[in-house]
Amino acid sequence: MRFAYYPGCTLKTTARNYEDSALASARALGMELLELPRWNCCGTVHALAKDDVMHYLAPIRVLVRVEDMNREGILEGNYRLVTLCAMCYNTLKRANGVVKEDPDRMRKLHDIMEREQPYEGKVEVLHLLELLREMGFEKVAERVERPLTGLRVAPYYGCLLLRPRGFGIDNPDSPRVMEDLIRALGGEVVEFPYRARCCGSYHTVERKDIVAEAAYKILSQAREMGAEIVALACPLCSFNLSERQDEVEREFPGFRKIPVVYFTQLMALAFGLGEDVCGLDQNHVDPRPLLRSKSLI
Amino acid sequence: MGEERSTVTIYVMGKAYEVPASLTIMKAMEYIGYRFVRGAGCRAGFCGACATLYRKKGSYKLEAALACQKVVEDGMYIATIPFAPAEKRTYDINKLRPTPNVLLEYYPEIARCLSCNTCTKACPQDLQVMDYVQAAIRGDIEEVARLSFDCLSCGLCAMRCPAEIVPYNVAQLARRLYAKYLAKTSEHLMRRLKEIEEGKFDEELKRLKGLSREELKELYDKREIRV
Amino acid sequence: MSTLLAGRVIRISERNGRFSERVKALSGEEIDLCFQCGGCSSACPMTSQMDLLPSKVMRLVQLGEEAVLKSRTPWICSTCFNCAARCPRGIDIANVMEALRQMLLRSKFDHLKLETVGREELREIPPIALISSLRKFTS
Repeated sequence: MRFAYYPGCTLKTTARNYEDSALASARALGMELLELPRWNCCGTVHALAKDDVMHYLAPIRVLVRVEDMNREGILEGNYRLVTLCAMCYNTLKRANGVVKEDPDRMRKLHDIMEREQPYEGKVEVLHLLELLREMGFEKVAERVERPLTGLRVAPYYGCLLLRPRGFGIDNPDSPRVMEDLIRALGGEVVEFPYRARCCGSYHTVERKDIVAEAAYKILSQAREMGAEIVALACPLCSFNLSERQDEVEREFPGFRKIPVVYFTQLMALAFGLGEDVCGLDQNHVDPRPLLRSKSLI
Repeated sequence: MGEERSTVTIYVMGKAYEVPASLTIMKAMEYIGYRFVRGAGCRAGFCGACATLYRKKGSYKLEAALACQKVVEDGMYIATIPFAPAEKRTYDINKLRPTPNVLLEYYPEIARCLSCNTCTKACPQDLQVMDYVQAAIRGDIEEVARLSFDCLSCGLCAMRCPAEIVPYNVAQLARRLYAKYLAKTSEHLMRRLKEIEEGKFDEELKRLKGLSREELKELYDKREIRV
Repeated sequence: MSTLLAGRVIRISERNGRFSERVKALSGEEIDLCFQCGGCSSACPMTSQMDLLPSKVMRLVQLGEEAVLKSRTPWICSTCFNCAARCPRGIDIANVMEALRQMLLRSKFDHLKLETVGREELREIPPIALISSLRKFTS
């Protein structure tokens, strides 16, 4: 099965391990994710002001490209757009929802995007996790060659995969899609209350301290609940919860670092796709000693 | 078809002038009596010095062109932009590396790009400016270099960008990085440079330098052109 | 809590209706539905950094108190939508915070001064962080 795929900027720069492991895992499950031939940054955050038009240009242009792929015959009647980054997912999905309901805003956008084909509103924005759930986790389990036996994983959702209500991939109060996936991969799930707590998000640029405090609370709770490793689906959460652990260590004496990986890295590992594809050397807090101790690599 | 008008009306600084319809904006302005001491250079569309903005009567569109290339049209309101206020960041290309974040490091404001495409619409070279700014954000130095190859640094994209980005400076850094670190080395060039260094052509050059003007001319006229 | 409004008497009769209306229009939220249960403030993970709790911001907006624009709170909000998820009145408080930020951003104000972010830092932070913070904090 082929799908249009939107990587987003960070998956091409500091989160290559997320993209590499995701594409390889999807392929192993018989899914081909076709990167949009031409794309721009989605804007990363949804424009919340009611009169905003300008900030819709970026996400809507991306959606037009999916319709372009169908017009050009790269895809045939398949308007589903798969994302990996939680922020891209949220921004594209919300912008899509707004313009479909707001012809006036759509008209203004078309005026400005005069060089594009008009957006026909056919695109459906999805996250890879939704696609896996749709396929069935028993199918995922069948593909597992090296189960994550004995690995205690805490899935972390953050905000934008779950909120606001109606735009998430799962029930915002009791999500289970990542938990189900970890179980299908043979791992042990550690549920912890802060799995949907904000990592500090964009404050990482001007208020590292806010992020360090958030990361400290989230990670130490995961650790307390028995987790050995955290799995997530957003390159900004990843930066805040891994790179910023240096900051946490400085500010909160006694804090013990914990490896943070993308869920796709665990998937690729369990599918036996090899360490190279997983890009484990790119994770800031090295997960390899732990994985080695569990004989997983 | 009606009779073609031999003159058109253009507006410079708001004042109307009748000018011959076949002239470029630059020549029309000189025809009126303006003398360019800034904002003109090669007069052949290569140097990017004569950035110009104009609107046509009855249209809301603010259009952009090089004054030396664009032929006047009836009802043009013209403003030349002799200089784009923009800062070029200081760097030592030998100390940089073509890392994914290097363009954001020197020009972080590119992260403000709205994908509005105004830059692309302003580019007199018809470059996909928005696409290269976007490629810059995701660290694709090669793509920025490829898409911006024909850039003249005229400044029009920067004057029109609502995110206050200076695209051409970013592109120049990308092309420099590309040339220094990413482009495939030309083996022929390297071989020739080595030959020059080893003095293979010293003798011949010395001989040429010793020739008189007439001898040189004769040599030039008799040269062999191999296709 | 700060002294942002300490000692200030707000007379309901002098309510600055125009300010409240502007926030309503920009946010698209029915601000008057808020009955001050405080759910948003208890759900917000960032209150330790705020000078006004989110529920207080809501009350001041209802009252048309423009001084709320001087509060740090909208700039501390990380748009995590926890408040919206907890509001029993269906108000998306994150949208109200955005409206307050926008009111300032649209008046030649930037919360983030990009010049103050060092090269070292820029080398390290991922594009997603820079883009989102510039979207939220500059105009």
